[in-house]
Amino acid sequence: MTRGLGGGLFAFSYALLFFLFLFGPLIIMVITAFNSSAFPRVVPWECFTTDWFGVLVRNERLMSGLWTSLAIGVAVVAIAVPFGLAGALALADIGPRLRAGLYAVLITPILIPGVVLGISTIVFWSFVGRGVGASYDTVFYNGFFLTLLGQVAFIASYAMLVLNARLQRFDPTLTEAALDLGATPGQAFRRILLPFMKPALGSAAFITFLASFENYNTTVFTILSGNTFTTALASKVRLGTDPSLSALAVIIIAVTLIGAMVSEAHTRRQELLRSGKAGQSRFYANPLSRLLTHPGAVLVLLLGVTGFIAWSASRVDANVCRAAILQEKQQLQERLMQEQRNRIQQQAPAQPATPSPSNNPSPFGGAFNPNSLAPPVQPAPPAAPPPSNNPSPFGGAFNPNSLAPKQ
Amino acid sequence: MNTRDVVLEHVSIRFGNYRAVENAHLSIRGGEFFSFLGPSGCGKTTLLRCISGFVQPSEGRVLIGGKDMRNVGPNKRPTALIFQNLALFPLLSVAENIAFPLEVRGVGRKERRKRADELLEMIALPGTGDKKVHELSGGQRQRVAIARALAAEPDILLLDEPLSALDLKLRQHMRTELRAIQQRVGLTFIYITHDQGEALTMSDQVAVMNAGVVEQVGDPQTIYNRPKTPFVASFVGETNAIPGAVMNQQGALVTLDTALGPLTGQSAGGRDYQAGERCTLFVRPEQLALADAPPATNAIAARRVNEEFEGSIRTLFLNANGVDLRLYRMNADASGPALAADGTASIWFRPEHATVLPADPSRSG
Repeated sequence: MTRGLGGGLFAFSYALLFFLFLFGPLIIMVITAFNSSAFPRVVPWECFTTDWFGVLVRNERLMSGLWTSLAIGVAVVAIAVPFGLAGALALADIGPRLRAGLYAVLITPILIPGVVLGISTIVFWSFVGRGVGASYDTVFYNGFFLTLLGQVAFIASYAMLVLNARLQRFDPTLTEAALDLGATPGQAFRRILLPFMKPALGSAAFITFLASFENYNTTVFTILSGNTFTTALASKVRLGTDPSLSALAVIIIAVTLIGAMVSEAHTRRQELLRSGKAGQSRFYANPLSRLLTHPGAVLVLLLGVTGFIAWSASRVDANVCRAAILQEKQQLQERLMQEQRNRIQQQAPAQPATPSPSNNPSPFGGAFNPNSLAPPVQPAPPAAPPPSNNPSPFGGAFNPNSLAPKQ
Repeated sequence: MNTRDVVLEHVSIRFGNYRAVENAHLSIRGGEFFSFLGPSGCGKTTLLRCISGFVQPSEGRVLIGGKDMRNVGPNKRPTALIFQNLALFPLLSVAENIAFPLEVRGVGRKERRKRADELLEMIALPGTGDKKVHELSGGQRQRVAIARALAAEPDILLLDEPLSALDLKLRQHMRTELRAIQQRVGLTFIYITHDQGEALTMSDQVAVMNAGVVEQVGDPQTIYNRPKTPFVASFVGETNAIPGAVMNQQGALVTLDTALGPLTGQSAGGRDYQAGERCTLFVRPEQLALADAPPATNAIAARRVNEEFEGSIRTLFLNANGVDLRLYRMNADASGPALAADGTASIWFRPEHATVLPADPSRSG
């Protein structure tokens, strides 16, 4: 196969590039989570620290958004999966001519942009709310319920697709056989159809939960003044990012990896037990390795290892290192300013002395100091606007006077 | 009235404009092994689903044990259906499958297991209760399906071509086994098949169906020897059809003017024919015999076309004046009359072994 791709080297570099593309950003993000630099970056490496996890946990807005997201996710699963199952069952039982039409109806919510769903949800429910004369503290204006409705509207279709795929492999004569043997329709559903659908119900629950948890473009409208995890995250990124987001990524990656490994252990064990080959496997001969391959043991083991790593990493005190870095930076800044001062004096001896160095130890070495970009040989501005007594962070850019036409 | 009796009263079943079953009117006595025999698409499975309650008759009614079954669901009827694909529950163990009818009735776990083990004993599969269905062979699954149906303690067991997926040897074995089970449990068995061998060997009564219509009901010998319609004559067993016109009738014997000369056969059901009526004479290949000397009646001069050796018998393919004939000779009869060296032969049959039926214009081919 590698020969078909033009030799081992090509195939290898292609694979390397492919995996770099996939995992490169993740790896870099993980590294930035442990760099003490206030901006997420790998170089220059400053100090190893786990403080950003603390910053993350202390972020009130993000944490409350997380709980809201989890609650919405669980509620969406509880509603969307039964809805999806009902849709899939209806599709399976309906005549072939109606089936195409019903399928189109059920699939439409996926095709509609999430933004449209979000806006239409709030518009529709506020319309209904006004219609019944509800006040603003009723469900019609409650972000949680509107988000639930908006998300279920299209996530139920995902569940329907997953369940429909499995249902198509169901032999309907099994239900008939159950009825024929005296089961009520309810018994046939619970005892025969539901066990058959169980794996698909699991996947559907998982997919609907993820779809709800990560949804942004519908939720950002329907949550109204509230916050879910994604909307809180998005607003945080908009205001400026720091490595606590990388810390969050590390947590998500760890949870995903542990979940995947436990699930894989579970699948393999089930397969071995089902095929009856458990006796032949060497892992099952030894009671210790037999216990260790149990998904529960795998989970405990992974959690233990992760916990130990987290605990030992948290014992690293970055304060000494950070103080050293700070001092280093201050020295660097001092030196740069000295150089600049020398340069200015050489180029324009008449220029008044630059303002005294800021006491803010900028990590950028004063590169963003507004004065450092000032043209070196420019006479003092003739009519500067009167300095506002408001210490604006925008340098008075929004001072109404600054836009006044000059006479 | 026996609770195991089934009566179909003028049952017709339609799907839209399609007539699946047309005016089926027959009664099945309790404890009988009753077969519906017919080609695929003749409506026999629809009729079975109607008896088990999955399909409602468009007209007429179904009575089980004298009770009208209209608006009685499949789970309320004293019937158990063995599906063509068996429909064993793949996620349940063999014992759970067999005990399913007890489970839905709320029988306790221990009692269920006990009954399942008894039934496994009966179908000669003891100790397989904890296996999964897919671990069993085709014949074993077959028997599990029967045990599961019997666990429901039905009065009537319905079987929808349950043997069609098995290989020949197993099928022959299961025929005897099914018949033995039926005689042991004494239930009414209603059996659907397109295999006339199955129908004839196992059944007390056979109903031959064609295109939704029950053409004849009778015991296997009557069906085979005294077919009432051209379809029954040609569908059940091999037969030679010789078309002709009625010359005269003497009692039950009718003489036809055919391309092979005048031939005499028995009138089906003692029916009276008019001279000149278009008819067909049916005679079984095993009833045709080579003759030493030209016999007095029903002599046919034929020429050999081909010959097939099939083990116990040898089939002679003959042609007589444009009509193809088939003749079975037992291999043990090799010493009897033989073909002439040039391949011509004189053959004949007894008039009481042939059946004369009115020509069916729809199947004159």
